[in-house]
Parts: sequence; C-alpha cells; structure tokens
Amino acid sequence: MTAAAAVPIRERVAETSFDVERIRRDFPILQTKVHGHPLVYLDNAATSQKPQSVIDAQVRYYEGENANIHRGVHYLSELATAEFEKARATVRAFVNAARSSEIVFTRGTTESLNLVAQTYGRANLGPGDEVLITAMEHHSNIVPWQMLCEEKGAKLRVAPINDEGELLFADYEKLIGPKTRVVAVGHVSNALGTINPLKDMIAVAHAKGAVVVVDGAQAVPHLKVDVQALDADFYAFSGHKMYGPTGIGVLYGKQALLEAMPPWQGGGDMISSVTFEKTTYNKVPHKFEAGTPDMAGVAGLKAAIEYMNGIGIEKIAAHEHDLLEYATEVIGAIEGVRLIGTAREKAGVLSFVLDEVHPHDIGTILDQQGIAVRTGHHCAQPVMERFGIPATVRASFAAYNTKAEVDALARGIRKVSEVFA
Amino acid sequence: MPELRDLYQEVILEHSKAPRNYKALESADHKAEGYNPLCGDRFTVYLEMDGDKIREIGFQGAGCAISKASASMMTQSVKGKTKEEAEKIFHRFHELVTGHSHEDTAELGKLAVFSGVSEFPVRVKCATLAWHTLEAALEGKQEKVSTE
Repeated sequence: MTAAAAVPIRERVAETSFDVERIRRDFPILQTKVHGHPLVYLDNAATSQKPQSVIDAQVRYYEGENANIHRGVHYLSELATAEFEKARATVRAFVNAARSSEIVFTRGTTESLNLVAQTYGRANLGPGDEVLITAMEHHSNIVPWQMLCEEKGAKLRVAPINDEGELLFADYEKLIGPKTRVVAVGHVSNALGTINPLKDMIAVAHAKGAVVVVDGAQAVPHLKVDVQALDADFYAFSGHKMYGPTGIGVLYGKQALLEAMPPWQGGGDMISSVTFEKTTYNKVPHKFEAGTPDMAGVAGLKAAIEYMNGIGIEKIAAHEHDLLEYATEVIGAIEGVRLIGTAREKAGVLSFVLDEVHPHDIGTILDQQGIAVRTGHHCAQPVMERFGIPATVRASFAAYNTKAEVDALARGIRKVSEVFA
Repeated sequence: MPELRDLYQEVILEHSKAPRNYKALESADHKAEGYNPLCGDRFTVYLEMDGDKIREIGFQGAGCAISKASASMMTQSVKGKTKEEAEKIFHRFHELVTGHSHEDTAELGKLAVFSGVSEFPVRVKCATLAWHTLEAALEGKQEKVSTE
C-alpha cells in the first residue's frame, strides 16, 4: 500500500460518530497498567474484555435471582426461570432465529460443535460418507469431525485456500459430492480474519443435500449475523468473545433438525419422564441442556447482547473495519513485516510475521510495553502450515480499541526490530 | 520491573542468529525430537556417543531466539562431557532459569547469561526445550518430547 492511501483512512476514523472514549469507560479492566504502561489490549479474538453492565448482570443474578430453573414452584425459581428464558429470546433476536426453541445454551463454540458432531453427526454419518471443512478452520472445527469420521469410517475432506487466505470457492463446490453429509465451516477465520462467503457456501451445499454447521465464534462479535438469511442449519458461537462471560455459548439449530437429533448428555432438565425401563426426552432446546446450566453466565450473555445492541452492531463493525484498515496500512508499512491473511473481506484480525524474529519473542517485547497480542499458531496449525510459518503475531480488535493503540503497536514492533538489530 | 536486555542479552541474540553445531549428525547414534506446542518450537538433537561421553552433538529446528540460543549454547557446554555431567549441568541450568539457583553459577560458565529468563516465567519452556530434548536423546527415548 502507498503512503498516500493512509490519509483518507485516517479521516474516515475521525468521521465516525462512534464515541470510543465513552465505550472505553465501560470496561474497568482497560484502566490496568502493565509494566508501567497503559494496557493496550489487542487479543480480542482470544477473548474480549467485559463491560461493567455484563459484570453487574452476573452479580445481580447471584444477589437477587439465584435459584435452580425449570423445577421449583417458589418465587426465586420462577424468577430465575423467567430471566433464563428471557435471555434465550434475546439471543434469538440477536441472530434472528425463527424461534427461541432453536437456541441451545452450551459452554461455548467448542461444545456447540461437539454437540452437533456427536448427535446429528453420529446419527447421520456412515462408512464412506464425507464431512467437508476448509483449510482455515480452528482446531475446534477440525477435531470433533476427525473424531466422528474415525468412529464412523467416514472421510474428512478439506477445501483449499489461496495465498491471501481466501476460500477457493470452485474447489470447495467441487468437493461437495453425493456422499457429503456435513459441511463445517468458519464464518470468520480466527487466524487470518477472512470473512467467508457464507451465504453462497451454504446455498451450494444445500443444493447437494449437505447440512451446514457454522463456527461463528469470530463472526458474532464483529458482524450482524442473521441465521435465517444465511439459511444456516447450525450456527455456534461463544459469549466470551462478544463482551460476555466465559463458560457460556450458543448452538443455534433449525427446529426440525434439533427435533430429529438424539440427545447428547443425559441428566436433569433434558427429560420429560424417567423410569428404570425408559426415559422420554424433553422438547427442544431442553433436550440438549442436561444438568443445571450456567444461569449467571446466561444473564451476562444477555447483558452483553444488550450492550452491543446499545452501541449498534453496524457501528461496531464500521469502527473495527476502519481500525483494521488503518492497522493494515500502518503495520504493513513497517520494514520486515509480512501480513498473513490479506483477504478482501476481513474482520477484526491482523496477523503478521516480522523478518527472522520469532512471534514469541515479539510477544514478550510487546508485553513489556503493555501491549497484549496473541503469538502462536492460534489453534489453527494447518493454517500455519499452509503459509509455511510456525506461528504469527495476531492483533485483534474490539469496539474499544483506538487508532492510538494501533500506533502503540507500531512503536512496539519497531522496538522489537531495535532489540534484534 | 524486568528489563528486556536481561532476557535478550547480546550473547543470546548472537547465538540465535548464528547457532553453533547447527547440523544433523549423520554419525548420530542417539537422536530425539522436542516440541513446544504452545509456540510451535521444534528441535532435533543428535548425539554421537563414545561410551558414556558425548563425542559429537548437533541440533536442528525452528524456534524463538531464547530456545535457539539455548540449544546452541547447550551444544557447546555439553560437548565432551559424560552423560552424568551433562545432566548435572542441565539441573543447574534449570535452577538458574526458574530462579531457584542458590549456589554460585560460576560452573555454568557462559550459560549464566540465561539468568534473565527467571524474570519471564512463560519463557522458561523456551530456554529448557533443547535440554529436555538432549535428556531424551541421552536416555535413548524414541518418542517425541513435549514441554506440555
């Protein structure tokens, strides 16, 4: 990129009505000093920070609402149940599912994906069948399918990507055959930031009769997701990457698919009647929610969605897009930096390597300046292999990040070059 | 506050850029591979033993500056030593980088430059990966060594 192109990008950041300083005040942890420097938190793809409203929602739950749900007739149990189901309705609206019963609460994206593999997958895959994934998947969207394929004698196939980190769509389409039962794809790549053309990917998979499971962990914090417009069969995401608590996540599934699937874990709440001879399972989504769920986590997730809605997801997306373009320009211009993942459509992530300096050394030197980035393979070893590198440095953005923080990162990287000069 | 220069000393940077004994030994009778899944560092250590003595040592692989320099300086410090002596040096070195060094570090010689690692606990695995790999090679273990 040329230096001249930097000017309009800077202007665009200034033009947005987005009040990033006000947003920053909502996140207590951003006041932290690290090694004497203000914290520059650029590890949002690993987990985002939490606004006060999310922290308060969890405290409020324990202070005023705590009781087990779906069982007591007493006041608190009814209150907790009502709040829990209200949160489900909030999640439904957030991803525009048709019904609240299509929203299953899980521990996170990983558990959501494993749930689909172990229920839908086990019931519908046989020897010789195929599961198709892409070369940019997170380990969470590889390993559950590998385990399933091994168990069933099925075959895992992988759609390739180009040097920019974009899916090779024609190859992807060709790989979907009559034996493809499941296509499991990430909406946004955690290591590269690529936004996949999900709607088209789903359409061609459906045309060939495959069911599509989406890993949406890196998409929901950054884009407006509409599961009906996408026509996704399953869509998994985590609360903790979208300003919510850890330990809570969501699996969206189309009602008819969820109803036809066998349950996963057995226990309380997922049954309608139990005798020693036979158990009748509860309706969806409860069929998939065995045991006492993370009710405080659900309260926090609801607060996180309300927080995002309060700012406006489109505004968050626009701010992050400007930030990413600015960072691509500023960091990409540093001598010795090579950006990894240069897709035309990207969200939230800037991955790079620097000359001969190992990302781990870069991470330590940045940390000394208060800058938190992720260094390593980002749970996507096949992606690293595709680009012929052991690891990258990954800066990933959230609503509260600023252009000044990108400048701090740039200074930090120059310091790395000084140390290793 | 830990200082970067304590960690990235000149000697360490120099070894990371121009590692010594960076070669696969065709004559190796012992060999082991070490892997740190956290950062993807991966080294192979080759040994040519003369009875109990390390006659020749080489290593190859990829990793951060700390792990590479540590591997390089390790090969220099254990060449010509017996298995027992090498293990003793590793023991002292481990104490040094984990901040548990009570004794004089003089016997570690040049390896004392790694004392700064103790201020950076997440980097201890980087400094010890090659040593764990050496230990495995000396034991004649076939399986891959992992720091996890």
